[in-house]
Amino acid sequence: MKEQLEAIRSEAATELASVKDAKALDALRVKYLGKKGALTAILKQMGKLSAEERPIMGQLANDVRSAIESAIAEKQAEIVKLETQARLESETIDVTLPGKKQSVGSLHPLSIVENEIKEIFLGMGFEIADGPEVEYDYYNFEALNLPPDHPARDTQDTFYITDNILLRTQTSSVQVHVMENKKPPIRVISPGRVFRSDAVDATHSPLFHQIEGLVVDKGITMADLKGTLEMLMKRLYGEECTIRLRPHHFPFTEPSAEVDVMCFNCHGKGCRVCKNEGFIELLGAGMVHPKVLEGCGIDSSVYSGFAFGLGLERVVMRRYNISDMRLLFENDYRFLEQF
Amino acid sequence: MNLSMKWLSDYIKKDIPVAEFCSGMTMSGSKVECYETEGSEVKNVVVGKLLSVVPHENSDHLVVCQVDVGQGEPIQIVTGAPNVSAGDIVPVALVGAELPGGIKIKKGKLRGVESCGMLCSLGELGLTTHDFPYAIADGIFLIQEDCEIGQDVHEAIGLNDTSVEFEITSNRPDCLSVVGLAREAAVTFNTKLCLEEPSFKGIEDDINNYLKVDIENETLCPRYAAGIVKNVKIGPSPRWMRERLRASGVRPINNLVDITNYVMLEYGQPMHAFDLRYVKDSHIIVRNAKDGEEITTLDDQVRKLSPEMLVIADTEKPIAVAGVMGGEYSGIMDDTTTVVFESAYFEPVQVRRTAKKLGMRTDASARYEKGLDAEGCLRSLTRALQLVEELGAGEPVTTHIDVVKNIKLRNEIEFDPAWINGFLGTDISEEDMINILNGLDIEVKDGKCISPSFRIDLERPADIAEEVARIYGYNNIPSTVLTGAANASLTPEQKYLRTIENTMVSLGCYGILTYSFTSPKCFDRIELPADSKLRNTITIMNPLGEDTSIMRTTTLPSMIDILAGNYKNRNSKVKLFELGKEYIPTEEGKLPNEPNRLTVGMYGDDIDFFDMKGTIDALLSEIGIKDCEYVRCSENAAFEETCALHPGRSAVILCGDTAIGYIGEIHPSVQETYGFGTRVYVAKLNVNEMMPLSVTEITYQPSPKFPAITRDLSLLCEDALPVGTMEKAIKNAVGKILEKVTLFDVYKGKQIAEGMKSVSFSISMRSHEGTLTDEQADAAMKRVLKALKDLGASLRE
Repeated sequence: MKEQLEAIRSEAATELASVKDAKALDALRVKYLGKKGALTAILKQMGKLSAEERPIMGQLANDVRSAIESAIAEKQAEIVKLETQARLESETIDVTLPGKKQSVGSLHPLSIVENEIKEIFLGMGFEIADGPEVEYDYYNFEALNLPPDHPARDTQDTFYITDNILLRTQTSSVQVHVMENKKPPIRVISPGRVFRSDAVDATHSPLFHQIEGLVVDKGITMADLKGTLEMLMKRLYGEECTIRLRPHHFPFTEPSAEVDVMCFNCHGKGCRVCKNEGFIELLGAGMVHPKVLEGCGIDSSVYSGFAFGLGLERVVMRRYNISDMRLLFENDYRFLEQF
Repeated sequence: MNLSMKWLSDYIKKDIPVAEFCSGMTMSGSKVECYETEGSEVKNVVVGKLLSVVPHENSDHLVVCQVDVGQGEPIQIVTGAPNVSAGDIVPVALVGAELPGGIKIKKGKLRGVESCGMLCSLGELGLTTHDFPYAIADGIFLIQEDCEIGQDVHEAIGLNDTSVEFEITSNRPDCLSVVGLAREAAVTFNTKLCLEEPSFKGIEDDINNYLKVDIENETLCPRYAAGIVKNVKIGPSPRWMRERLRASGVRPINNLVDITNYVMLEYGQPMHAFDLRYVKDSHIIVRNAKDGEEITTLDDQVRKLSPEMLVIADTEKPIAVAGVMGGEYSGIMDDTTTVVFESAYFEPVQVRRTAKKLGMRTDASARYEKGLDAEGCLRSLTRALQLVEELGAGEPVTTHIDVVKNIKLRNEIEFDPAWINGFLGTDISEEDMINILNGLDIEVKDGKCISPSFRIDLERPADIAEEVARIYGYNNIPSTVLTGAANASLTPEQKYLRTIENTMVSLGCYGILTYSFTSPKCFDRIELPADSKLRNTITIMNPLGEDTSIMRTTTLPSMIDILAGNYKNRNSKVKLFELGKEYIPTEEGKLPNEPNRLTVGMYGDDIDFFDMKGTIDALLSEIGIKDCEYVRCSENAAFEETCALHPGRSAVILCGDTAIGYIGEIHPSVQETYGFGTRVYVAKLNVNEMMPLSVTEITYQPSPKFPAITRDLSLLCEDALPVGTMEKAIKNAVGKILEKVTLFDVYKGKQIAEGMKSVSFSISMRSHEGTLTDEQADAAMKRVLKALKDLGASLRE
């Protein structure tokens, strides 16, 4: 019997070696370990053995069974591995083929930058105000210390609807609405469309966008204006960005300044882009003129404030290196897709 | 304003390199646009003397000159100019010289004779006969200046000034003058302003023997000063004056005209010179124009005057438009013998209005309209008479007329250094402030600043703070961070609009921005009826052109325009959206409403109506607009512009009773108008009106505890029966236990009779109270079938 068992063990091992797939392995298991298998057949003869031999043969039979079982399990693992391998190979694809088109659109570049600037100011505690684009002369000019026949009106060629109603030439008009409706402390920005009678060319458009800023409170200083604008520019253009203030004149601020930002191209050294200035003019700003505050019912002996107006197109064109403003309003898909 | 640096050096003795001057002036508030050095294109041109001029042996129009250019040996130059002879002093461009226009002089041979340079004309040096009236335009410039042989031509003829162009803001008319800029320069560079009061000897006489002046309108003319020059000798001005005028961008004319221009440039005060012969009765009357009165101005134009305009008149007629331009006979002529000089102050607003109305903005009116120095009239007049004397251009009479009515007084402004520092955020000492202010001629006395008469812009402490700040240096002001509570967020409306934008982007659409104004023709292009209320627009009085002359009452044409532009540019598939305003007129004289609209447009081979509808549905779902219904445009007239849509492929979108927008394919004929060769889909949503309908509050719903029962139905009905109607009937019939109705098939074709269709729904039912029984589901389905039968839809066999 011992010989028979050993023969089964070696026979099974030999057969197992040539098994290549799961089906053959299963057949092999049935052949040796199944109810009608070789091992079972032998075990049925156990009764014929003597009492001494029985435990020894029993032990041997168990050893053979577990040896075959573990050899099968091993083979099984091997076959699974091979099959997986084969499947992986057969399923290999060309990963350089293009992906299936999923389209996400994008905002217009002006909206992208406008939103970015809004976030910067929200972070500094500025609310966002809106105002009418078709506006009374009063809000666009008169309340901003630009009475009729003021020479500075010439610098803003205005579209008129009636003698008294116009298309706003500056978002500064919203300053007046805000101050009429809200008591200090005031911190707002107001982005929006403005209109000037400029013929269309690479750097002019009869419609463009501004972002107005206004802060009114007790003890607001020109140093606060500088600090705020500096923070804006650093957030927009990076920490190394510096600004420069030049005296200027706006009827609704006193003192007034034009604000230059360090040339992004040469970092202040002077180049063709900045006409060797090292700086590029970016916005107008100043301390809110006392007449403007008082016209809105704010006591200028108690409160002071600053205001600024930023041309959005300029920032966007600089940011994306767009040389022609017309592209922004042409809305060609090949342009829009790039943002 | 162009400033001659040579002229400036009369007043500022400090030597400042021009680049430093420009940046310093810019940073203290007088913005420099650019500067230009005269004759910078002329190089290596010297003064030469012609030693001999002999005819060229091989030419009958060329001559060969031996020229002494101060180098010992004379050089030989061949020229074709007819106006040269031995002894002439001429500009000589040596070999290697450069001339305007990129011309370079090389050694050469002319018909076999060597020529080592070129004799120059005025034009070749970039000059004209206005600069040197004694020279001729088409010939070699024969120099009559006091100069040396071999001297550089720039030095020799005074072509070495630098002109700095300033952009002066409207509040600083005083800086439209050499003296004004010199004052700014002095304080900017911390040096002395060397200013002398003008004076002249004159000839003893009483001006009243010559002239009478009356002011009828004292408001428009608070001051009028006049002087008389007898025995006028008209001729060219001296070289120094011509050079300075030229560097200032003014063409020299003759000594008297040049003097008026010179004084205007120097002091900023426009001057006018009248020929006394043409002042009838020698009586100047400053009055309003009469109705229907006309004047022919110096530029030969007949101008119609109106009664609000101020004129300088004699007893008979206007001889000048006050502060704007003189009349044709008032000017200086070759035979003028006695001249009246006017130096006046005119009220700025009326000068501006008059100039604007007459359409002639002059150097004088541009200055008057900003407000001049009323106290400076007499000084300018004196300066003009001084120059007349200096130039020997005539004999000024010692006395003058000065009619002073009510000139503006100097302002007294509180001087509070602590307030100024508090306002600026600085720590400038009182002493430094006073130094700055004094440098600007602002007197500080007893806690008050007294503004100089030429600084009409100084009225309040903030103005004084600006003066201090700009000279102290804006960039020396520290930067501080705003303090205090910073609590800001977007308003619900701003958040809502932002969600719309972001959702459209995530749905694959690109944001566009279009003009708010458009052409009235756009209404015809979208075939809007002639009586449509959308044609009632806000109209621009002074548009750039018809294309941008009205404010849009619908955003649809803007979108179609952009789609058409893209189609023309061969972009094959395009999905766009715009969140922009319409401008809807309200009452006469009132502002329009400016509602926000979302306009969506798309086209492309794989895009159809249902792509657009899916996009809109996804957006509506994202912003919490539920239970929308699509009805044919023929059933709802809320949007007049739906006439631009295909009637069978368009719908108005209803949310409850509110028409919130529309969707559809562009009408074939409109597609043709815009040049599309493809189907185009558009939609518009009234986002403002939709906002109150949007449900944005989210409450968590637990996953259902009890199982659902799903029944599928295939129905047969007439093709015209809208699926939406069937769906609505199913919803009503199932009632509370309905979870979802899903359309999964619409079929027409084989096995289905002509004019019919098969529609399949999957109906899912669920109760939240317990497991739904088959009996409950069956009962519901019975109700559904009945309701559908009423609509003419039966179960498909």
